[in-house]
Amino acid sequence: MSMNNQGRPTRQSVDDDAGTAQATSTGNRALMLEEALIFEISDSTRTGVDLMEAPKVASRLGGLERKAAIGLPGLSEQETVRHYTRLSRQNYAIDLGLFPLGSCTMKHNPRLNEKMARLPGFADIHPLQPIHTVQGALAVIDELGEWLIKLTGMAGVAMSPKAGAHGELCGILAIRSALEARGDKRSVILVPESAHGTNPATAAFVGYQVEDIPANPDGRINLEALLARLGPDVAGVMITNPNTCGLFERDLKTISDAVHAAGGFVYCDGANFNAVVGKVRPGDLGVDAMHINLHKTFSTPHGGGGPGSGPVVFSEALAPFAPLPFVERMDDGRLALIEEESAEDHHASSFGRMVAFHGQMGMFTRALSYILSHGADGLQQVAEDAVLNANYVLRSLEDVLDAPFGAAGPCMHEALFSDAGLAEGFSTIDIAKGLIDEGFHPMTVYFPLVVHGAMLVEPTETESKAALDQFIGAFRSVALRAKAGDQLLHSAPHFAPRRRLDETLAARKPVLVWTEPAAAQAEAAE
Amino acid sequence: MRYLPLNSHDRQAMLATVGVATIDDLFIDIPQEARLSGPIHDLPMHAPEMSVERHMKKLAGQNLVAGEVPFFMGAGAYRHHVPASVDHLIQRGEFLTAYTPYQPEIAQGTLQMLFEFQTQVARLLGVDVANASMYDGSTACWEAIGMARRITKRATALLSSGLHPHYVGVAKTMARFTGDALVHSAPTLTADTDIDALIAQIDKNTSCVVVQYPDILGRVGDLTALAQATQAAGALLIAVVTEPVALGALRSPGEMGADIVVGEGQSLGVGLQFGGPYVGLFGCKQKYVRQMPGRLCGETVDAEGKRGYVLTLSTREQHIRREKATSNICTNSGLCALAFSIHMTLLGEKGLRSLAEINHAMAVTAADRLAQVPGVSVLNDSFFNEFTLVLPKDARAIVRELADRQILGGVSLGRLYPEEAALSNGLIVAVTETATHEDIEAFAAALQEVLA
Repeated sequence: MSMNNQGRPTRQSVDDDAGTAQATSTGNRALMLEEALIFEISDSTRTGVDLMEAPKVASRLGGLERKAAIGLPGLSEQETVRHYTRLSRQNYAIDLGLFPLGSCTMKHNPRLNEKMARLPGFADIHPLQPIHTVQGALAVIDELGEWLIKLTGMAGVAMSPKAGAHGELCGILAIRSALEARGDKRSVILVPESAHGTNPATAAFVGYQVEDIPANPDGRINLEALLARLGPDVAGVMITNPNTCGLFERDLKTISDAVHAAGGFVYCDGANFNAVVGKVRPGDLGVDAMHINLHKTFSTPHGGGGPGSGPVVFSEALAPFAPLPFVERMDDGRLALIEEESAEDHHASSFGRMVAFHGQMGMFTRALSYILSHGADGLQQVAEDAVLNANYVLRSLEDVLDAPFGAAGPCMHEALFSDAGLAEGFSTIDIAKGLIDEGFHPMTVYFPLVVHGAMLVEPTETESKAALDQFIGAFRSVALRAKAGDQLLHSAPHFAPRRRLDETLAARKPVLVWTEPAAAQAEAAE
Repeated sequence: MRYLPLNSHDRQAMLATVGVATIDDLFIDIPQEARLSGPIHDLPMHAPEMSVERHMKKLAGQNLVAGEVPFFMGAGAYRHHVPASVDHLIQRGEFLTAYTPYQPEIAQGTLQMLFEFQTQVARLLGVDVANASMYDGSTACWEAIGMARRITKRATALLSSGLHPHYVGVAKTMARFTGDALVHSAPTLTADTDIDALIAQIDKNTSCVVVQYPDILGRVGDLTALAQATQAAGALLIAVVTEPVALGALRSPGEMGADIVVGEGQSLGVGLQFGGPYVGLFGCKQKYVRQMPGRLCGETVDAEGKRGYVLTLSTREQHIRREKATSNICTNSGLCALAFSIHMTLLGEKGLRSLAEINHAMAVTAADRLAQVPGVSVLNDSFFNEFTLVLPKDARAIVRELADRQILGGVSLGRLYPEEAALSNGLIVAVTETATHEDIEAFAAALQEVLA
């Protein structure tokens, strides 16, 4: 029986009204409105802006004046507002409810962060303004960097990487630069199976051979296999910790010591740092470089998938190779921006620039606001609540769902289940689409790859016990239906703005841009 | 700890359900000797909203706000007026707090928006297809060079001397590790672009020619002959647009034959933001679509035959192909792409063309006025909203002195090319619709004073 958030029943059964609702002539369903594409509701004469008159001058465009129409649709302001507001209502979002995407981490986005990022002193300054006119902006970068260094127990930080995967690139480039600086040509990066998919892609992208290290039956790195593979050709290992099975790599310190002894470096994918922030400093475990996804640990918004921000912290061995630009405090207290111009003298070992300007300033202001709001005590509580919530989900569902590493001890920030034990023909996707009908965003599906039919649930620290109980109840009911072989699950979702979408068709015949229907084209040609 | 909903009663009840006595029992996998027992002591503790706000405002107050002074800076980041409804709409929680559309049935808002964005971008750049955005223009430029290497199986990229030096810097950093060879030299202070020189350098090892339009000094040149010469040699022409508003007035690179067009979309909807987050634009000819990096949104149908949208062609991506992936990119600039798309929708064909016209007219007005300042000349005859002044002395000091007089008067070439003494008197000046005639007059008067 379905319950509302006061625990009262909302309707008798799931399939009551699915087949009986009358189709509407518009395709709309009361508040859920169908919305055409802007190209279908606009024309080239309409505009939603009033601009001043241009002064009359002779053009100096070098004879390259545009003649043909661009083909841009225009709408009045009101139509534009309505279009995007209607579209927004076709989205699930953290503001609407629990968003348990394991390994992706969607938590509450405090609106104070948004307000702070929009202060004109941060939002309306140019990246190349004279340094003495942007001291406050550099102070934000410096202050956030200091927090990241202290929270991780590392020696330096690169703020410019634009996203987590860009941060990985930054870390691997620093490792390679450090090896080159000592004339050491190593060619192999070891990547455990439990690492994020971007890790091997990154290592391969900059010319390393990637070798997989298998996982143990308990979901952690096979220590013996890793130690056995170390040697003079190994540049480093890339470890995700906590790993993508939601587990802490207990042997990280042993691994680091062995990698260092063999002359290599340890890269840690810190995407899941929110589970351990304030509980352990990766520097104390021997990590040489680690990126931190600000949107995951420090709540910067990721609207529809981005932007991200991926600062990288470095050990003393790698810090000298950090990319340009970076911020440095001078003896007189002023902040300097070290760019190509000033890098010559003191920072000749930097591996260079990896992005046009200084990184995701708009994310720095949000992350710093979040960090200051929590403080050192609050951030520790963040990790504790994130881990408590994940374990609560794990233990509350393991009687109805297979938990492949449930016996391996507590999970960290995310709980991993699999589709083992469902009725014949039922799989993870049925649970996911069933959850949509229950009003929840599904968990991460089919990841990590080491578990067949994986379901990775990350509740995060910003969910209440009541919200978790509601989610657990819904998950349980869908799981029981999948175990009982309820055929209706195969055609779920029934109540979403769209039924199951044909992804194969989209890939086989890619339609990536809108084109005029043939009839309209013919008419226009006449 | 206003963002954390659990209270001590909840925590106790949940620990009981989990079957442990204390929270630390859940952290037993962290080695005891490395585990922190209390909050890291030299960091501040949690703070109320009001005091965080006070602290952040204090820092914001130490910056000179572009919109409060006569402002003429560009060189890859431009100040345009963003209609109020853009920021209002991107702050709707259903956009702001959604994640990557992995479950398309409940992410049609984001997906339809991306499909519309891709169409707008492809039309603006003059190419067949565009992706759902990249980190920014500089990383999009590097990814385009990598794409050309994959397509041509050659590894020498010719970079125009007019390409933004930071874009060159990113390419240089990456090329060191991927084995690409880059051919590039700094610009010289001439009125003409380097198109003929580029054509002369193309050979059988050339994977691509990368040219900026308008270029770093504001110059515009016809790319048609360059496209033909590049393609005749079996290489690709990559055009880089750092100011998309220019394409409201100028022929698009795609129209002139470019194979890949990348750009920085910050001008529309996004704002200056001290350099980020920005939004990389990336489009190409249809035949190269499967080599294009980044996310793509495609049209399809649902089980009832209704039109809908999904992320597609993800077989190129890291989560499927791991070390065989086309690139390691795992995100796009979704929210900035949304802002770009909304601003573009508000403008429409008519608005974008008017906006471009105003930008150009104000820039021409400013160029003529600044040329009257004794000792100052305008380098280039052709430009859109950005041109280069040649001053009688080092422009770096001039920019600082202008800033002391509350005028942000352009980007010195010395800041961008510290190694090139021959460029030190160059000043890049951008003039958009946000500049007034009074601003231009104030700039000219201050420049005259500073140079006197």
